[in-house]
Amino acid sequence: MPNPLSPSGRKQRIDDLAATAGASGRSGGSDESGGSGGLAVDEVTVEDAGRVEESAGVSLIVSAWRRLRRNPVFLLGLTITALFVLMAVFAPLVAPHDPAAGLLLDKVRPQSNPVPGPEPGFPLGADPVGRDYLSRLIVGSRQTLVVGVCATIFGLLGGLTLGVLSGAFSGWVDSLVMRVVDVMLSIPSLLLAVSIAALAQSPSQWTLIIAIATVQVPVFARLLRGSMLAQRSTDHVLAARALGVKRSAIVFRHMLPNSLGPVIVQATLVVASSIIDAAGLSFLGLGNPDDRQPEWGQMLGQAQDHIYDNPALAVWPALCIIVVALGFTLMGESLREALDPKTRR
Amino acid sequence: MLRFILRRLLQMVGVVFVLSLLVFLWLRSLPGGTVSAILGEKATPARRAALEKALGLDQPLYVQYWEFLKRAVKGQFGSSTGVLPGVDAMQLFLQRFPATVELSAFAIIVAIALGIPLGYMAARRRASWFDNTSVVGSLIGVAVPVFFLAFMLKYFFAIKLHWLPVSGRQDPSLDATRVTGFFVLDGLLTREWDSAWDAVKHLILPALALATIPFAVIFRITRASVLEVLDEDYVRTAESKGLTSRVIRGRHVLRNALLPVVTTIGLQTGGLLVGAVLTERVFSWGGLGEAVAIGFERRDYAVLQVCILMAAITFVVINLLVDIAYAVIDPRVRTR
Repeated sequence: MPNPLSPSGRKQRIDDLAATAGASGRSGGSDESGGSGGLAVDEVTVEDAGRVEESAGVSLIVSAWRRLRRNPVFLLGLTITALFVLMAVFAPLVAPHDPAAGLLLDKVRPQSNPVPGPEPGFPLGADPVGRDYLSRLIVGSRQTLVVGVCATIFGLLGGLTLGVLSGAFSGWVDSLVMRVVDVMLSIPSLLLAVSIAALAQSPSQWTLIIAIATVQVPVFARLLRGSMLAQRSTDHVLAARALGVKRSAIVFRHMLPNSLGPVIVQATLVVASSIIDAAGLSFLGLGNPDDRQPEWGQMLGQAQDHIYDNPALAVWPALCIIVVALGFTLMGESLREALDPKTRR
Repeated sequence: MLRFILRRLLQMVGVVFVLSLLVFLWLRSLPGGTVSAILGEKATPARRAALEKALGLDQPLYVQYWEFLKRAVKGQFGSSTGVLPGVDAMQLFLQRFPATVELSAFAIIVAIALGIPLGYMAARRRASWFDNTSVVGSLIGVAVPVFFLAFMLKYFFAIKLHWLPVSGRQDPSLDATRVTGFFVLDGLLTREWDSAWDAVKHLILPALALATIPFAVIFRITRASVLEVLDEDYVRTAESKGLTSRVIRGRHVLRNALLPVVTTIGLQTGGLLVGAVLTERVFSWGGLGEAVAIGFERRDYAVLQVCILMAAITFVVINLLVDIAYAVIDPRVRTR
């Protein structure tokens, strides 16, 4: 039985700490402290052991970032996403023409030439009402970003509310919320979105966003409840309860921040699926009917009438959607991998 | 085991009950309501009131819900107004059900037959060019809107190259005998080989479009799960025991790695139903997905309520079966 105060006893403690820290996904931090361990061990006190834990907690994000910085998949995703956001922000400056003006309207012949082809100044031609297609694609990034981000944020807010309710109060609140979530999950996603979009008196961009967001609510709620339940049995929550911290403070200051990791990863992926879902809804005729402000999903949905005589009309917005969705997905997947203790070895 | 199944069955009944309530409330809150859906916006108030009385819409909400439940249990959901006007919605559902099941079954078979072997191979050759390409390929597969892929497949293989038929389930000029409603099966049962082959040719493109997302998901889950199992102590033990690699792969790695894949396949049925709505629309498949797409376009709420209810119930039942199968394969689940 080693004396807990002897150097070897303390060393044992730190090894244990490092081992448990490693198990909860903090191996990056303990690797570095292990390098200087030979000298420092003798000075370690109980307080120091606490400090080691703390700095290892910071390095969860730091080490994740270090790994991500060298990950080509993540960098590719980040580049695509950054370019997309930049394009959306500066769209009106970049676009050569007004996306709402029918500049080539006189070239449209409903019988012989319904879709004007490319010509000088209009590299991608025009749409069936004579609007410059390249400009519409560039400006379309704006509404696409708005749809993707707003749907994600609304879905996140709804999911967080339900998830916190369910994770904070066990018992009947939890079972009630989870039954509702189960039912929402049992309706196939697009069917649910379409049903909600059909409830609107007149479809608009916002009904589209709300429909897509609702589909994501149960996913976020389940995810958050799961990780909050895991938090509830951890030592720091037990300690806070023992110290008499109020329940609301435990939930919002201790449990929620520690449970957000998987939710944030999911949010990155949801931006991609929201953009794709918006296209699906537009295809089914439940998208935004007002096309003065273009959106890629809407453009793709509208292109279906000309898909066999003019597939380019569908291919361009589809390519944009695929690349941007891929960007967000690559970023989300590599974030997930970086934060997942299992793949961090 | 029996208790596990009973508990899950009770949970399922609860979910279906809440679901029926949601569908009922959804029908009641549709813009314009049922009366406008039947009579149109311009009906006179007297006609509206008469129809409201006839439909029982002047009753309190809970009475209406009770009536709705009673009729739903008997399968009475009213007549279709838009998809096939005048036909009973439940009849329409039953007629179209085999078409969607046939397509989904083909799609999920394609997804499994490609996803599991490729996922396994990618995990075995981790970080090789094969692994990297297939991972990126699966990510692109998820990023492509399903109906766009369906359009492109149709454009190239049916319209440009004329390799495969453009739409529908079978060439009507074949005048094939119908037995079960599953056209491929019918052809095999009646020994009309050319009509079975024709039905298969019609299936290929829509099934490929529909299979993309389940394939990508099954591939990635298999790959991740095999990677995890390859790291397990029992695999190392098996290796150090000197077992042949074939025994290790088949009995230790693959068998354990497939457990999470089973659950994933169950969960993919929901995605198949969504994909069916989009693919069937592109290929005029004549199944439930197309009925739902047209139903939303023409506001045919009789057909929509049957389809939504039945789609959700199918999804719940399939996942119940998957959970039971899982509990049979993996005894650890039962104790939870």
